[in-house]
Amino acid sequence: MGTPVRILDDGAWLSVDGTRRVSVSELWRLDSPGFCGCDLVSFLTRGFTAAAADGSVITLTAVGTCIACGAAGTIAHIPVGRLVGGRFAPLDRQGGPLTPPDRAPGNTGRCR
Amino acid sequence: MVTEVERWKTEVYGAEIREQLETFAAAGWASIPADERDAWFERFKWWGLYHQRAGQESYFMLRIGTPNGVLAPGQTALLAEIADTYARGPVSNPTFGDAYLDWTTRQSVQLHWIRLEDVPAIFERLEAAGLSAQQACGDSWRNIVGCPVAGKDRHEYVDALPVAEGLHATYKGNEAHANLPRKWKVSVTGCREGCGQGDINDLAFEPAYVERGGERVRGFNLRVGGGLARNAPRFATDIDVFVTPEEAIAVGGAISALFRDHGDREDRYSARIKFLMDEWGPERFRRVLQRDYVDWELQPAGTDFRAEYSYNAGDADGGHNDHVGVHPQRDGRYYVGLNVLVGRMGAADAAELARLADRYGSGEVRITQRQNVIITDVPEDALDGLLAAPLLEHYAPDPHPFMRGSIACTGTEFCSLSIVETKNRQVRYARWLKEHVTLPDGVDEFHIHLSGCTASCAQPQIADVSLRGMKTRKDGEAVEALDIGLGGGLGAEPQFATWVRQRVPVDEVPGAIRNLLAGYDAHSREGETFRAFVSRTDEETLASLLEPEETSYTDPMMHNTKLTWYPYAADDALAASPAPAHADGSPIEGDD
Repeated sequence: MGTPVRILDDGAWLSVDGTRRVSVSELWRLDSPGFCGCDLVSFLTRGFTAAAADGSVITLTAVGTCIACGAAGTIAHIPVGRLVGGRFAPLDRQGGPLTPPDRAPGNTGRCR
Repeated sequence: MVTEVERWKTEVYGAEIREQLETFAAAGWASIPADERDAWFERFKWWGLYHQRAGQESYFMLRIGTPNGVLAPGQTALLAEIADTYARGPVSNPTFGDAYLDWTTRQSVQLHWIRLEDVPAIFERLEAAGLSAQQACGDSWRNIVGCPVAGKDRHEYVDALPVAEGLHATYKGNEAHANLPRKWKVSVTGCREGCGQGDINDLAFEPAYVERGGERVRGFNLRVGGGLARNAPRFATDIDVFVTPEEAIAVGGAISALFRDHGDREDRYSARIKFLMDEWGPERFRRVLQRDYVDWELQPAGTDFRAEYSYNAGDADGGHNDHVGVHPQRDGRYYVGLNVLVGRMGAADAAELARLADRYGSGEVRITQRQNVIITDVPEDALDGLLAAPLLEHYAPDPHPFMRGSIACTGTEFCSLSIVETKNRQVRYARWLKEHVTLPDGVDEFHIHLSGCTASCAQPQIADVSLRGMKTRKDGEAVEALDIGLGGGLGAEPQFATWVRQRVPVDEVPGAIRNLLAGYDAHSREGETFRAFVSRTDEETLASLLEPEETSYTDPMMHNTKLTWYPYAADDALAASPAPAHADGSPIEGDD
């Protein structure tokens, strides 16, 4: 059986192998040009809606807001860490930039 | 495919969780197998236990449901004792100290820093006194709310308290209703002023009457599908059904069963009944309810009193916005509502509250949906003695409007979802506003609700000023911020706030509110309420009035409080966390 990767507490946490690893309310730098007009998205994560292990890469689908321009919406399959020897190794989410697949299904963005 | 939470619930849920919880408690928190913790922490919610956030592992929030907010004589003193004994964490809160309890917007009680090892003893004491944490959280019937002075209020049309108590007795611990797709929030109100806030509940019983055979029959109209969370606020929808108090228990279960069978178990974000109501509409909902869930003919809605609703109406004439102050009961005695700023009260103060209730009233205390408390059944000749008690200097029956109108959720101090610090911040806001801002003539009540995220536990969308957790950059640094909405409220014409300003740094919010009120004072018409002023003013103008500004207000929690293990610790870094901990507080080594 693979390492359990799941969302907890109604979107508050990413749990990997029974340990809470990533929390909402973090500010991430994303290279996601489809989300808003900013060069890099300053993405405040407000809720996680899905987690997945794509090979060794752990990804999250998150609802959030770009705090630079106010665009709000969902970005799918954001890589947040890797499984190395069965343990979670986080990517630099604040520094980034993290690069979700462009125009992933489920992505929405709304500039305001 | 059902969610993983649903799978866990299928394996073990409801009353049967208790046995394993007690086994783990006896052996210590560390005895929970690492690969089962996620599942057990989800299940523990059914028994009122919510694992606190990162950095606070092994500590729990404990919620105790008190139907309709009624604490019988002796129960308040017990809660104070339990808080004093068990709700003590490794670090004090700088505003509230150690050992406090929170009165909540659902007329419940929350304690923090509870250790799993202490839970059996706490449950034993609670249950011996007729209290329980059962179903205080989790996917089932939550605490039933209503007008906090049900059974005593002069404005009551039908006595709702027996119905609330009947629903509680029937569906708490009822196996057929123990595992719902999501939380289930019910309001029962017989009051003509709308104090039950039924509009924002999954199921609302509201006072009404029908004429039958020349007789006026009192009962309730039903509304379904209200709620504030997830950026999808809804007012409950009229399903065109009237029930008598005798029918109310059965129809409550019928609608709960409909939700159990038809709610979405594949997506927790679409699981609340408001989304089913979106999909079906009230006609289909009523049709399925009639066809599959009740064995009598549902009666059409009766005549209601919604046009008279004044509670939290903002522009009410002759009504009230809360239960603070001295008010006559219909039996000739009085109830005295005390303001509890942001709902948090120290254990010693709660013990004194219990003593005052015993000394001057019947010993009963009631909790309101504005995080306040009420001492009921005070004879007229005992009022002076109660009002002179030193405790009422802090928990005032006649507070300043900014103290009176403040509500705040738990925030990043303990909550997993919150984005910003809340309770201590709202205390600082209220104190600064009281000292520096003069309300326009005629404004003696003004509601400011601060919620840390879109879960909306502080009910921000139904306040004059709505504050909701955000972040922004200021001087190049990421800082805590708030979105600001205006003009929400209930009453005859309920209205959600309009979000006017986004991402205002937290230290500029008091200045923005000051500027807004100055603008209201300058531009409002004679006798125009704040809510009416907001309603007729365009969003661009409101945004210009709500100009953020630095003032003498300073905020010590500008940084990302969620990245701390506890925001008020001297060394607040996650790496400095003493959690998880054994029952004696010593760290559990080697557990990450």
